[in-house]
Amino acid sequence: MSSSTSSHTKHHKGIDPHWKGILECAAIEVFNMMAGLEITPFAEPPGTPAGEQTAIVGLAGALCGMITVRCSSAAATKVAANMLGGDAAGNPSMISDAMGEVCNMVAGNFKAKVSSLANDCMLSVPTVITGDNYAIQTVPPSDGFELALSLDGEPVWFTLITQS
Amino acid sequence: MKKINVLIVDDSSVMRKIVERSLRQAGLEIDVCKEASNGAEALAEVQNATFDLILSDINMPAMDGLEFLRNLAGVPSAKNVPVVMITTEGSEARVVEALSVGAKGYIRKPFTPEQVKERVAPLLGGAQ
Repeated sequence: MSSSTSSHTKHHKGIDPHWKGILECAAIEVFNMMAGLEITPFAEPPGTPAGEQTAIVGLAGALCGMITVRCSSAAATKVAANMLGGDAAGNPSMISDAMGEVCNMVAGNFKAKVSSLANDCMLSVPTVITGDNYAIQTVPPSDGFELALSLDGEPVWFTLITQS
Repeated sequence: MKKINVLIVDDSSVMRKIVERSLRQAGLEIDVCKEASNGAEALAEVQNATFDLILSDINMPAMDGLEFLRNLAGVPSAKNVPVVMITTEGSEARVVEALSVGAKGYIRKPFTPEQVKERVAPLLGGAQ
């Protein structure tokens, strides 16, 4: 966890309409700066989130919930190889660790860009799920949105789920 | 150009590799690059070797980056080694605290190799 939460913390009860654009910007920066990869919006939404690699970072404090990053193994391998060098491509552990770090940085970058969260929202250490046969169940009431960005035509999914 | 000895402190092995890779991509000549996964391990490293630069995460288990900085001040051979914090930390308070206990600068993730060089090169004097 990254920072303390005062008794004066403003707790967000829902999704701010600007957050989707902010998360998109945060994700693009992380991929570009840390992996030298360009991810771009799709002209048409590419369906529903899918892929065998999912990284999750929990949020607590002013905003409770999670941010996830999900993509195919091929896309995750490309990200890991660009971040860590070619050796990472053949190492599943390094690929998972890279996905976790990407999610951590996207979440950190997102909260740094939202002034009401920067000081009052804590991040968990990342968790990475390998495989695609799972569902995330959240305790209601929950809210959220998903966002797909194209990595050379392959979708990388970013999800924000909040709980109030 | 003198080659430098670097200590990278982060609980993520991936991030330690990324930081080293960024230093090399930025053109810094590295002789020895040691790694530690928390402040306690880093303190053990500075007792056994001499470093020109330490790059440290803030949030780590066992001993975090702030506690490491406080302890580093008590190690005569290492107390003058410049420490730059590398963190996802968005909280100004934590960054200010790090600077107040001895950090010479900080780099917020995500970062480019150029940003790393911009922050660390001035701390290395004539070494780079």
